[in-house]
Amino acid sequence: MIHVAVQTDAIDVAAEIDRHDAGGHGASASFIGRVRGEDGLTELFLDHHPVLTEAGLAGLAHTAADRWGLAALTLIHRVGAMTPGETIVLVLASSPHRAEALAACEYLIDRLKTDVMLWKRETFADGRVRWVEPREGDQGRAERWD
Amino acid sequence: MALTVSYFAWVRERMGVSEEVIEPPAGVTTMADLVGWLAARDARGALAFAEPARIRGAIDGVMAAPDAALGREIALFPPVTGG
Repeated sequence: MIHVAVQTDAIDVAAEIDRHDAGGHGASASFIGRVRGEDGLTELFLDHHPVLTEAGLAGLAHTAADRWGLAALTLIHRVGAMTPGETIVLVLASSPHRAEALAACEYLIDRLKTDVMLWKRETFADGRVRWVEPREGDQGRAERWD
Repeated sequence: MALTVSYFAWVRERMGVSEEVIEPPAGVTTMADLVGWLAARDARGALAFAEPARIRGAIDGVMAAPDAALGREIALFPPVTGG
């Protein structure tokens, strides 16, 4: 079962794991991305497209589920304003054995950094506000899966 | 032909609007043409589209290259930074 969501509400990781695990899968891999409070960051804002962001996540989810024959996949991305320590993204991938679940999880986090319409804006305690620039390494990591 | 163009992230901030309906001249047929036309149209366009290499786009809901032919709904935005 594939579950994809884009939400402004906090991601309830425990509840999502419970829901994902209802199928009783042999191997489950997870990735949790959180807001880092480096350099006095006070807010991270995620801009998104009302239609294409979720469509992009769903496309990646289906590609991963097919490629690795996943038994279940949960892919949730937070948007809007959040503070250090909050969860931005949650990936849960399950398969009968570990290799497929681990590979799918890594593929999804690599690809959603380059393929999905999401933009980060940082606000700092000293008043600075800046849009995050793509990292050089992210493109390379994403292309490994081509 | 009237187009609906939406902007995201710093492109939206520089344009001052999130969406507008525009009617570019007949010679504007590709994404690159549109970005060039918007850059020349006014000061906010010049600011938002000063570096076309930093602009990405989607046409009718699908990611599109600069040489792609325009559709009805266009989205223009910076390279993505999710995850």
